[in-house]
Amino acid sequence: MATNWEVVVGLEVHVELSTETKVWCSCKNEFGAPPNTNVCPVCLALPGSLPVLNATALEYIIKAGLAMNCSIARYSKFDRKNYFYPDSPSNYQISQLDLPVCENGYVEITLRDGSIRRIRIKRIHLENDAGKLVHAGDDVAEGESSLVDYNRAGVPLIEIVTEPDLRSAEEAGVFLTKLRSIIKYCGVSDVKMEEGSMRCDVNTSVRPNGAEEYGTRSELKNVNSFSAAMRGIEYEAKRHIAVLEAGGRIDQETRSWRDTKGISVVLRSKEDAEDYRYFPEPDLPPVVITEVDVERIRATLPELPDTIMHRLMNQYGLSAYDASIIVSEKEFAEWFSRTVALAGAENAKAVANWQINELNRTMNARGLGPDQIPLTPDQLAGMLRLMEKGVISGKIAKTIFEKMVESGKDAEAIVREEGLSQVADEGELLKVAMEVVAANPKVVEDWKSGKTAAAQFLVGQLMKATRGRANPQLAVKLVTEALEKFTSQQ
Amino acid sequence: MSYKLSATRLNRLFTAGELSAVEITEATLRRIEEVDPQVRAFLTLTADRALERARKLDSRRRSDSDLGPLAGVPVAVKDNMCTDGVRTTCASHILESYTPPYDATVVEHLRASGAIIIGKTNMDEFAMGSSGENSAFFATHNPWDLSKVPGGSSSGSAAAVAAEEVPLSLGSDTGGSIRQPAALCGIVGLKPTYGYVSRYGLVAFASSLDQIGPFARDVEDGARLFEVIAGGDRRDSTNAGKTPPQVKFGGEPSLKGVRLGVPKEYFGAGIDPEVKARVDEAIVQMQALGATVDECSLPHTDYALSAYYIIAPAECSANLARFDGVKYGHRTAESSGLLEMYQKSRREGFGPEVTRRIMIGTYALSSGYYDAYYKKAQQVRTLVMRDFEAAFQKFDALVTPTSPIAAWGMGEKTDDPLTMYLADVCTIPVNLAGLPGLSLPCGMAGGLPVGLQLIGKHFDDARLLQMAWAYEKSTQHHEARPALEGGR
Amino acid sequence: MALTRSQVEHVARLARLGLTEAEKQLYTEQLTRILEHVESLDRLDTTDVPPTYHAVALQNVLREDKPHQSLDREKVLSQAPEAEAGCFKVPKITEG
Repeated sequence: MATNWEVVVGLEVHVELSTETKVWCSCKNEFGAPPNTNVCPVCLALPGSLPVLNATALEYIIKAGLAMNCSIARYSKFDRKNYFYPDSPSNYQISQLDLPVCENGYVEITLRDGSIRRIRIKRIHLENDAGKLVHAGDDVAEGESSLVDYNRAGVPLIEIVTEPDLRSAEEAGVFLTKLRSIIKYCGVSDVKMEEGSMRCDVNTSVRPNGAEEYGTRSELKNVNSFSAAMRGIEYEAKRHIAVLEAGGRIDQETRSWRDTKGISVVLRSKEDAEDYRYFPEPDLPPVVITEVDVERIRATLPELPDTIMHRLMNQYGLSAYDASIIVSEKEFAEWFSRTVALAGAENAKAVANWQINELNRTMNARGLGPDQIPLTPDQLAGMLRLMEKGVISGKIAKTIFEKMVESGKDAEAIVREEGLSQVADEGELLKVAMEVVAANPKVVEDWKSGKTAAAQFLVGQLMKATRGRANPQLAVKLVTEALEKFTSQQ
Repeated sequence: MSYKLSATRLNRLFTAGELSAVEITEATLRRIEEVDPQVRAFLTLTADRALERARKLDSRRRSDSDLGPLAGVPVAVKDNMCTDGVRTTCASHILESYTPPYDATVVEHLRASGAIIIGKTNMDEFAMGSSGENSAFFATHNPWDLSKVPGGSSSGSAAAVAAEEVPLSLGSDTGGSIRQPAALCGIVGLKPTYGYVSRYGLVAFASSLDQIGPFARDVEDGARLFEVIAGGDRRDSTNAGKTPPQVKFGGEPSLKGVRLGVPKEYFGAGIDPEVKARVDEAIVQMQALGATVDECSLPHTDYALSAYYIIAPAECSANLARFDGVKYGHRTAESSGLLEMYQKSRREGFGPEVTRRIMIGTYALSSGYYDAYYKKAQQVRTLVMRDFEAAFQKFDALVTPTSPIAAWGMGEKTDDPLTMYLADVCTIPVNLAGLPGLSLPCGMAGGLPVGLQLIGKHFDDARLLQMAWAYEKSTQHHEARPALEGGR
Repeated sequence: MALTRSQVEHVARLARLGLTEAEKQLYTEQLTRILEHVESLDRLDTTDVPPTYHAVALQNVLREDKPHQSLDREKVLSQAPEAEAGCFKVPKITEG
């Protein structure tokens, strides 16, 4: 009888902070610069160089910690993590071991079924990033040589470690999305996985349902996207289960995820694990953080996605799903706010509708990011006003929307220039309806014999003839009237 | 014979227009040419740069009288301090051709003070040693007796000053590397309070212990150089951001009101009787100057050496990891891959003492041993500090020998590293506690200099210098000069 | 406590020091002697004694987040044992 297994996942997420300068020196923290142009004695670990802590990096980690409900250490210190690798100029990383800046926080996630889970944040600490290695050949193992660029060496990183509270790949995906959103809202990182400013290692284990003890976990590195993380978790869980069900044991290993092949391969076993020989960093004094410091930084926190989401649901009656899409990016939430302010609270749901559907679709089709919203609040509010006044119909609004995006003009101007205002003149519409009816004798016969679809066809024809400007309710009424008139005349 | 003059004197003569910087520099270079083949204090002479600098100073002096407190004074710099565009080797093969692209903060200060940097001096490799014999290139000799060691690790800087090659030099002190060679060479050497002088640009050996300090032939000169290099530096996070008060010398030398403690643990079994006799005489002399003297105890003194030989190697094992053949320094000619490249480059680049200390340090930090070694050593460090704190409740300064023995013969202690380590028993505790320590000559033992050590409270360096000056002025020890053949 | 040869090999490996067989032997002896000496610390009772990592207590030494002039790349690479395409070049990476 096969055991029912529970999957247990913990994540270690590294996020590059978007400070102006590196964490231990004043070289620019800049992605994409020509190799080795943002370097100095400190980040190159030239003999005699010394680190000096970036005040903003400290502020940012505290801010991120507060946004994740962590307690901020009153006394925090740095430690050296010793290992040799060419991307580490000094062959040690300055990190934090036992006294990290943030501890014991949580992030709440909403799953598809509507349930809410609280994922605990064990700790967040500050450390420096390493340089970049470019390998001749396909990867590390195959290259004859490697080239090292130290521009990234010294960029501030925060490492966020969760408790093993996640129970599925789906949860991990939702968590990562939420985490990314929170960090982005705080303005402490641009969290672009494709640029490496957010990276994730995944720890997976399984245990029989109901078991208290955790199973042995394996660590997965080289996970380059949220969906890769989810695929990796599913693979590892399956792998663990297969091994255990065959009576084997899971080795505590570090593995590398090969996304294109959909498999993980062993990088090193527990026995080969590097002994990091941590010791307190002698070149950096400790950091003492007061209540006053914490409150000052807390006051700089923006309204976070969860808070905004609940506010939108309460204030405007939006559904949880709709609200969650609007808050998924800070820029969307702000755009929504401004638009509702212009269009009126009574139109909040309409604004949400247009934003989540048409606007979202348009942006995806054009590959636009949240900082590139191709429509102004004024434009949408203006269009909604025209709809409210009956100047345009709902049907033609979509066309107008497209044109607003393309031209940047407001709805009123477009309606005026292209003559798209709704026709609601009954007399005029009846004339056109009569023409349409007369032009389709076969359809009229169908209608006479009771086929109601015939009337719909004629309504469609009326819309076509008026280039979509006919008021839809009137169109139906008048087509019926025209049919009756026509058939009575015969 | 300007090379015989003190820095203070030279600066005055230069400022007054009586001696030109070029004359001073040329005389210095001639002196070096004469005696350094025997003393071997220098690794790199920057004669052209020095003369260029001297010429500039001379031309500026015509229009500007204030060119800095050390204007016109030749200074030598230990080769573990970065000098932009000038080879900096730390007396190691691994940096044999390394040229830093920046100046250490202290070097910047020297330039701003008008000093003329003459060259880089020899040392024990990466500052690890107590005799100068660990230099990868050649050993420096004691000017008092060329068959004897000058002490270490600032062997060249001490010898250069003692041999009257330069009036001033900079050294670094991690476990005694300024004070001990000062004692063995009969000159003044100061290890400032940890945090007084910026370490930016000093190639790190043990980060929590290293400090840069001056060598001079008298206290006033030493004070002037100390004042030039001390002060705040935002590039060093362990720098305390303090500027020492300027020490005023003059008047009748007196130690009235000064309470001196004599820690009995520093006069233990290993001390040479002649050395002890000189130190005892010095203490009597200080009493004659008005100081009150009392015995005291620093009970954890004997453990300080062991704590140091865990802490310093541990920190150095990490500090020297950067020497890997990747970005600078020696890389092995052939290797089958990265791992071999690391191993061979470091093997070829580091000498035995450096290798030993990296290994001890790595071991002390390694999994399973951290608590028993590194953590334990840092706890003992706390106990050593508490000993000093207690003593300083009752005393203004402590008086000890700097070294339990005078200079020994070259090659005498090189077989057993442990024997060499024991030479630093009087100086090490001061580094662990971060206190200021000064060594100055107090006589001879068998024709070789003996050093007296004064230990002060944190940031009390100026007072220490004042006390030392009073003692110095009431004796003639600082006037003695080695008789170097070839000297004019 | 005597160091074993394999411990010396392990330590040398951690520190990326290539040692000859003769050196391994020599260092095993020398390091054992040194470690035996420093083990005198075991005699001291350090219960409840906090370790001192910084002899002079400072805190919150911070730097403003403003960029400085970075080093000129030519100067940087001029010291490199091997350079290519503006990068430092290293041999085949044989370890993970």
